[in-house]
Amino acid sequence: MSALLELRGVRASYGGITALHGVDLSVSAGQVVALLGPNGAGKTTTLKVAAGVHPADSGRLLLGGRDVSGANPRDLARAGVCLIPEGRGVFPNLSVRDNLLMMTFTGRGREEIEEIAFARFPVLAERASQAAGTMSGGEQQMLALARGLATDPAVLLLDELSMGLAPLVVAELYEQVAEIARQGVAVLVVEQFAAAVLDIADHAAVLVRGRVERRGDPDAGLRAELSDLYLGSAR
Amino acid sequence: MEQFLIFGVVGLSTAAIYAIVGSGLVLTYTTTGVFNFAHGAAGMLSAFAYWQLSVGWGWPVPLALAAVLLVLAPAFGLLVEKVVLRPVQNLGEAERLVMTVALLSGLIAAARWIWDPNLPRPLTTFFTEREPLHLGPVTVTWHQALTMIVAVLVALALWFLLNRTRIGAEMRATVDDRALVGLTGADPVRANRVAWVLGTQLAAIGGILIAPTVALDAAQLSLLIVSAYTAAIFGRLRSLPLTFLGAVVVGCLESYLTGYLPQNQYLPGLRLAAPALLLFLALLLFPHGRLRGRDRRLRPVPTPTMRGSVVFAGVIVLFAVVLATVLDEVDAISYGPMFALGVVALSFVPLSGFAGQISLCQLSIAGVGAVVWGQLAPDGQPWALVAAFAVSALVGALIAVPALRLSGVYLALATAAFAVVLDRWIFTLPSFELFGVRIAVFNQSSVEMAGPDFFGFRLEEPAELMVFSALCLALGSLGVAALRLSRFGRRLIALRDSEAAYATLGGSLLAARVLVFALSAGIAGVGGALYGMQLQSVTAEQFNFVAGLPIFLIAVIGGLGAVGNGLFVGTAYLGPIHLLNAVAPWTHNIVQLLPALAGLGFARHPEGIVPGMRHSWEPLARSRVALSALLGGFAVLWLLRIGDVVGNAVLLLGTAVLALALRTWAQAKEATATEPEVPVEWWGVRRPWRKEDEEVLSRGIAGG
Repeated sequence: MSALLELRGVRASYGGITALHGVDLSVSAGQVVALLGPNGAGKTTTLKVAAGVHPADSGRLLLGGRDVSGANPRDLARAGVCLIPEGRGVFPNLSVRDNLLMMTFTGRGREEIEEIAFARFPVLAERASQAAGTMSGGEQQMLALARGLATDPAVLLLDELSMGLAPLVVAELYEQVAEIARQGVAVLVVEQFAAAVLDIADHAAVLVRGRVERRGDPDAGLRAELSDLYLGSAR
Repeated sequence: MEQFLIFGVVGLSTAAIYAIVGSGLVLTYTTTGVFNFAHGAAGMLSAFAYWQLSVGWGWPVPLALAAVLLVLAPAFGLLVEKVVLRPVQNLGEAERLVMTVALLSGLIAAARWIWDPNLPRPLTTFFTEREPLHLGPVTVTWHQALTMIVAVLVALALWFLLNRTRIGAEMRATVDDRALVGLTGADPVRANRVAWVLGTQLAAIGGILIAPTVALDAAQLSLLIVSAYTAAIFGRLRSLPLTFLGAVVVGCLESYLTGYLPQNQYLPGLRLAAPALLLFLALLLFPHGRLRGRDRRLRPVPTPTMRGSVVFAGVIVLFAVVLATVLDEVDAISYGPMFALGVVALSFVPLSGFAGQISLCQLSIAGVGAVVWGQLAPDGQPWALVAAFAVSALVGALIAVPALRLSGVYLALATAAFAVVLDRWIFTLPSFELFGVRIAVFNQSSVEMAGPDFFGFRLEEPAELMVFSALCLALGSLGVAALRLSRFGRRLIALRDSEAAYATLGGSLLAARVLVFALSAGIAGVGGALYGMQLQSVTAEQFNFVAGLPIFLIAVIGGLGAVGNGLFVGTAYLGPIHLLNAVAPWTHNIVQLLPALAGLGFARHPEGIVPGMRHSWEPLARSRVALSALLGGFAVLWLLRIGDVVGNAVLLLGTAVLALALRTWAQAKEATATEPEVPVEWWGVRRPWRKEDEEVLSRGIAGG
C-alpha cells in the first residue's frame, strides 16, 4: 500500500527551540494513524507541518508521492489536505450555513456539502442559521468534522478532537472518523486521550520530545507501554 | 408642520450620506477587524481629488466620478491595506488603531499641503440646473434625491454581498479566524483587499456627495465622520440596518437642531457638537459586543530605577538651562513649548502606558488647564497651577466615570468625541456666568497668558519660562517613575493585563480608573497651562482634536510605558520641525507629515523607541569616565558658545559626535566586562545566584 501522506526526517522549531528532531511518518489511503505522546512532544507541530501552517526547517513532505515541502496552507488545502485544528475548528461568529459555505473553496458545491453534512449530523440542519459559536462543544466539533467529511479530502489531519468533550460524544465523533477512513481517506489523528483513538486506529506512533519513540499496531503491548513513554521512564 | 417636513428632508439627505460612510466603516470593521479612524479622511481626499479633476482640470463630471470611484479610491484602498495594515495584522488592537490615527493625521496634513487651505474651492451639487421635485409642501432637490437613492442602493448591495455571497462569508470568516480561512482553501488576503477597496469606495461616495453642501476643508471633512461613527455605533459596528437607523437619528437631529434651537450665542456650538455628544452617549448606552479580532499581546512596562530617574530629571533641567543660554529670543519662542508639550505627553504614560487606556483627548484637557490658568492667574499667581491640575483632574474623572465600561477602540472613540465636543462647543463659548462666577473660555478668539509670579519674581522671558517648564517636566517624570515603582503603579499594570483578574483579586476598577484618569488629566492640565504661558496668547485651535493627534502618535512611537517619553515627545515633536525649517524652509509643509509618517513606521518598533534608547545609553551613564568626559567636553563647547567663539550648530554637532563616540566606547567596554553567557541551568552553579535571576526565570517561564 503506497503512502498518501509522508513526512521524511522533518525538523521544525519555534524561535530557538527545536520541537521536532527528524520525524518520519506515513499514512496510506483508508488508514487511521494515531499520533500519541505527552504534552509538548511535538504532535500538533507535526500536524501543522503536514498542513503547511508551520514551516519545516528541513525534511520533506510528500503528498501522493509528490514533494510538496514548503507549500502554503491554501494550496495544500486545495490539493486535498484537511486540517481540523485544536479547539473548535469553526468560525464562531458565522452561522452554521455560512460555515458550510466556507467549505466550498476546495471544489464541492454548496448544495452537495449541505446535503452530506446534514445527513451525517442532523443536528446541524436544526441549527443552520445559528451562530456556530453559540452551539455546544460537541456540536461545534461536529461542524468542524463536517469539513473533513463533506469536502472530500485525500488526507484528514485531526488535532485533539476530544478536547473538552464528554466521553460519549468523543466515541461518537471517532466513529465518524472511522467512517471517513473507510471511504479511502488517509487520517492522521493527534490525541492525548489515547484510549479513544486506539479503538479505531490501524497504526500508532508515539512521539516523545520531538522523536518517534515507538510505532506499531495498537495492541495491548503498546497500550501498556504508553504510560511509561508518557512519564518518560522508558528512556 | 411644513417647516418640520422641510427640515426632515434636509435631515434625511444628510442621514443618507452618514449611512453610506457609516456602512463603509461597518464593512471594514466586520471584515478586517480594524476600526478605521481615517475612514472620513479617505472620503475627504476623494472629495478633493474629485474637485481637482472636475473643477481644477475641467474634466467632465462622469469621467471625474469614474476616475475617483473606480480608479483612485480602489487604488488607495489597496495601498492602505498593503502598506499600512498588513504590517500590523499580527499585532494588537491598539497598534492597528495607532496606524489608522496616523493615517488620519497624515491625510489631513497631506491635503493641506497639496491643496492650499486658504483658497475657496466651491463644488456644485449634482443636477443643479434641474428643477427640484415638489412633493406637496416639500421641495426635494435632485442632489438630495440622488443621495437618498444611492444610500438605499448601497444598503441593499452591501447586505447582499455580506450575507448572500461566498466572498462575503470569506470576508467575515477572516475576522473570526484568519488561520482557519487559509485551512479551508480560501484566501484571507484577498478578503481583506476586497474589504478595503469597497470601504474606501463608500467613503469616497460619501465624501463627494457631502462636499458640495459644506466647505471643502481637510479637517472639517475628515471629522464629518464623527456623525458616521455615531451611526456605526448605533449598529454596534455590526448591523447595517441599525447603522442606517443611527444615521437617520443623527441626520435629523442635526437638521432639527438647526431649525428649532433657540437663537442665542451659546447654542450654535451645541448644534455642531451634537453628533459628537450623541456619539459619546451612544457609546455609553449601547452594549458592546466583544471586540473582534482581538489578540492581546501585552508588552512589559519598563521599570525605571529611582537613581536613573533622578539623573534623567537632572538631564532635563540641564538641557533646558543650556538651551536658555544659547538660543536667541526667536528660537526660544520656537523651541520653548518643547517641555510644556512634554508634560502633556507625560500624561499618556500612567494612563495609556501603565493602565492601558487609550485617550485621544489629552491635548484638549491641556486646553482646559490653559483656560483655568488664564482665568485664575491674570497676574501669574502660582497657586493657579495647582488649580489647573485640580480642575483638569476633575474633568478627567468626569470622563472616567461614564467611560468605565469602555476600553480599546470604544474608549478611544469616546475620548475623541469628548475632544470634538470641547472643540466645537465648550471652547467656542463666549464668557458666561456659572454660580455667580464669570467664566471666559477662549473669549471666542484668544486669551492672554501671564507667566508665573513667585514672590514678586516674575517669569516673563521665553527662556525663563522654558526652564520653568523643564523643571515641571523633570518633577513630573520623577513622580511618574515613583508611581511606576509604587503599589498603585503595579495595580494599574495589573488592571491593564486583565481587568477581570484585577477585580477578582479584590481591586476596585472604578477607583483605579478614576484615579488614573484624574491623575493623567491633571498632568495634562498643568502641561496646558505651561504651554499657554510659553505661547503668551493662546487660541482654541492650538488645543483641538486634530492638533492633539501628532502628540499622541509621537508618544506611541516613543513607547507609552516609558517615563522618558515626556522629554522624547517634546523634543521629537518640535525639534525636527524647527530644525528642518531653519535649514530648508521649503520643507515647511512636509514636516507636518512627519509625525504621521513616523507613526506608520511604528510597526517596526511596537515596543517604542525610548526603552531602546535607554538600553543603549545606560552604559554611558554607568561609566564614570565616559560620563565625566562627556560633561567636560560639553562644558568646553558650551563655554565656547557662550563666549561666541562657535555657533549653535557647532555646539549641537560637537555634543552629538562626542556623545555618540563615548556611547560606543562605553558599550564596547561594558560588553567586554560582562562575563561569558552561562546557560540557564547552570545559574547558581557555575556562577553565583543573583537577585535578578529569579525575575528573569519567572518571566521566561510565564512567557512560555
